Amino acid sequence: MKRRDFIYLTGMGASGAALLSGIPGMGKSIPPEKVLETVDVALKKQLADVALNAARSKGATYSDVRIGRYLNQFVVTREEKVQNIVNTESYGLGVRVIANGGWGFAATDKLDKDSIAKAAETAVAIAKENSKLLTEPVQLAPQKGYGEVSWKTPIQKNAFEVPIKEKVDLLLGVNDAAMKSGASYITSLLFLINEQKYFASTDGSYIDQDVHRIWPAFFITKIDATTGKFETRNTLSAPMGMGYEYLDWRPQDKIQSVTTLYKGRYDMLEDAKSGGVQAGEKLKAKSVEPGKYDLILDPSHLWLTIHESVGHPTELDRVLGYEANFAGTSFLTLDKWQSKKFNFGSKIVNFVADKTQVGSLGAVGYDDEGVQCGKWDLIKDGILVNYQTIRDQAHIIGLNASQGCCYADNWSSVQFQRMPNVSLQPGKQKKSIDDLIKGVEKGIYIIGDGSFSIDQQRYNFQFGGQLFYEIKNGKIAGMLKDVAYQANSQEFWNSCVEIADESDYRLGGAFGDGKGQPPQSNSVSHGAATARFNSVNVINTSRNIG
Amino acid sequence: MAILTKDEAEQILKKVIGFSKADGIQASLNGNDGGNIRYARNSVSTSGEDSNVSLAVQSYYGKKSGTATINEFDDASLEKVVRRAEELAQLAPENPEFMEPIPQPTYGGESKTWAEATAKISPEFRAKVAADSINPAAAKNITAAGFLDDNRGFNALMNSKGLYAYNKATSANFTVTMRTNDGTGSGWAGSTAADVSKMNPSLASKTAIDKALMSRNAKALEPGKYTVVLESSAAADLVRLMLNMNARQADEGRSFYAKKGGGTKLGEKIVDERVNIYTDPWHDEVPASPWANDGQARKRMDLIKNGTVANLFYDRYWASHKNVAPVPFGGNTIMEGGTASIEDMIKDTKRGVLVTRFWYIRPVDPQTLLYTGLTRDGTFFIENGKIKHPIKNFRFNESPIIMLNNLETLGKQERVVTSEGNPNGFIPSMKIRDFTFSSLSDAV
Repeated sequence: MKRRDFIYLTGMGASGAALLSGIPGMGKSIPPEKVLETVDVALKKQLADVALNAARSKGATYSDVRIGRYLNQFVVTREEKVQNIVNTESYGLGVRVIANGGWGFAATDKLDKDSIAKAAETAVAIAKENSKLLTEPVQLAPQKGYGEVSWKTPIQKNAFEVPIKEKVDLLLGVNDAAMKSGASYITSLLFLINEQKYFASTDGSYIDQDVHRIWPAFFITKIDATTGKFETRNTLSAPMGMGYEYLDWRPQDKIQSVTTLYKGRYDMLEDAKSGGVQAGEKLKAKSVEPGKYDLILDPSHLWLTIHESVGHPTELDRVLGYEANFAGTSFLTLDKWQSKKFNFGSKIVNFVADKTQVGSLGAVGYDDEGVQCGKWDLIKDGILVNYQTIRDQAHIIGLNASQGCCYADNWSSVQFQRMPNVSLQPGKQKKSIDDLIKGVEKGIYIIGDGSFSIDQQRYNFQFGGQLFYEIKNGKIAGMLKDVAYQANSQEFWNSCVEIADESDYRLGGAFGDGKGQPPQSNSVSHGAATARFNSVNVINTSRNIG
Repeated sequence: MAILTKDEAEQILKKVIGFSKADGIQASLNGNDGGNIRYARNSVSTSGEDSNVSLAVQSYYGKKSGTATINEFDDASLEKVVRRAEELAQLAPENPEFMEPIPQPTYGGESKTWAEATAKISPEFRAKVAADSINPAAAKNITAAGFLDDNRGFNALMNSKGLYAYNKATSANFTVTMRTNDGTGSGWAGSTAADVSKMNPSLASKTAIDKALMSRNAKALEPGKYTVVLESSAAADLVRLMLNMNARQADEGRSFYAKKGGGTKLGEKIVDERVNIYTDPWHDEVPASPWANDGQARKRMDLIKNGTVANLFYDRYWASHKNVAPVPFGGNTIMEGGTASIEDMIKDTKRGVLVTRFWYIRPVDPQTLLYTGLTRDGTFFIENGKIKHPIKNFRFNESPIIMLNNLETLGKQERVVTSEGNPNGFIPSMKIRDFTFSSLSDAV
């Protein structure tokens, strides 16, 4: 029996109270074949209308409902062993309402009409309770209804359809390659995500979306038995908004530098081979002399610096103080934006927010409050020109429409402002990585992401990396270790003096961007071409203990 | 539905075990009711409740195992989930590290993890906690942002070797950040308890307001090595980072607990001899479940004794591989303290820094347990035994191992709320010499 048949037979039969709760709830382990099934759109519309009608009848002036089926697959291996193969599913409904001018939210994994209506009633009751403590009523930016529409990640090969055996063979091959090239240990994994999301609102939208993401990764450790020291070398892949085609690499997807770099497609086997060798080289590398260096930062590294020092401080909810107790606020206060001359970075620094970029983690057709997604400038020619926002905050920066940045990580989580893809635009002049390195007298070339930390207003940061190469008089002079750089966000982006051209533009990103209480996770990409930053403070991170 | 009694859970699990046709079976039944309220800009931003119960069944044939889950509990559903787990087990590859479940251990007494007062928290209670935080803040031109999170839940485990274990627990956590409306001062405080009647969110709000007012117009101090007085939250956020004492990683040579030339640091002195850290499920302030996830009995166990590594954690596979007894992870962390108050430690300091909490703590070097992070929401300069003035926040690069070798004074223990991670810890404040601050932050 297909899932949709099961749902029809058991769920929407003669009795209105018939249970649909045979569908597993949050984060359950499920058999592999179940990940290929989908829930019928007509059924989702019926369920959504139950929630919207119940909320309206209890006094909600606005409501939206999200029916989410969140599927994950993890394949985890270690050296020659398969450690874990898990398929999980989380399926349920969340309803959000405005009543008496305040927000309320409730969620249920029981998808019968009574449970859905009860969730809607609870949401209205909570909204009314909360409205007593409001300083001002919620003000929503206008949003037209789209009717019944759909969107799907433009994948070429559904990763969930690829047999587990093929995935296990790939990972065990990767492990073997790394061990043969010198790794002491390796863990490798495939992490697949499919969000089947249905959104409906009293504005008249019924939006069905099918979102796919993939992350192949490995973690190599190399031990020097004589000294008792160890070094690690992590994957140079990026999590992507793609199907399994991400692993079907083509020659044009590779950029040759001191190691192979990957653009849009990934050769996991080759990276593991290089990783095993480089972990050994790291053990023997020269410990960095602290001081000022010009940094050449590869996109596989720079994405994380962008995420922390540009992505987070331009979130309007942080600017306004909604995250003050946890993630923090922002140094990019409204007065700096209003001045139209706040010098965030040098003149060549342009950042764009984009929820439509093909292959990116943040790409969707519509956000989680039914706003069609788009693209806009955040930093233009070095100046702060805009933020990231959602419907109930758009008016604060004079917008009459949301920018479509609303997201919830589950049907049971309330949606709020989350980061779109935020990317550094490539340089306009033709320049390669080699061109950038050639111009540096004393510098460090950093590849891959490592340690990261930044303060709660996003001024002071410290970043490590995976691979560090010393640059002397325009040439690579060997590997370094124990490197981390510290800077202030504004000073750092003002020290950006060169950016390679579009042919070097690549995406990096993460599945686990955390924010909120209780914490929620967001997937987001950041694009960049290799860039040069002058005179950045580098520290040495080695310590002697015992 | 979410909180089943010991007998109710046993009835369901007995049926599940009875349906098994595999070599063996283990089933866990877990439920949780949670609620929370979040506020910012002196107004409630989100609030909600959730409830769930689920059953997970693991069946095995030899070293092949499969797991299936369900959230329906009629007989047909229970049998269905067992059959599903058995089908998956037969399809699975052999796992050389698979360990059969254990027979019934003896648990060391009744659990202390449940408090009726916490179980009865209502939406009105949460709204009152928020109001009692927002109102005094607003009266002093301060903006409050806070979060109250409460949970009640149960865990039950049964297997075909005759084990049955049950525990129910409650918890409540409150944190608040108070910021002056001019943006120049910020203070933070928290309160946590298994029993909400022991919690004092109003006092935490008052502490945070006082710190916000005191921290206005901070001055910059040169980065470098300083004597620090760490409040218990700051201390705990670093101490917890040295307690991932996994024996396998150490034996494999890839952790701080690996010994040069092979083996582990078990029995080696690694920190000041006044440092004693242990885990104890029957601790009154930070009670934990008397059994670990796989049913093994937890007991009071030293982790660091007189500065020496007293135990490492061995999972059952690694223990059998190394021919030692398994050592399960504990459910709490207790570090012995002293009698000094924060005020005593300040009085005793010629030149130093008082730290309320740390933030964005991330590993830099796993070999030395070097971490980086920043001070936040209440950092003050101490001179000649007195708080002199607020100072700008610092970034640190420090290892908890180096920190606890530079121990000056142990303060009083507290059940701690931390910025990141929840150690379920009873940890003292402490005074440390030569703590490494590497740069300044403009963040307030």
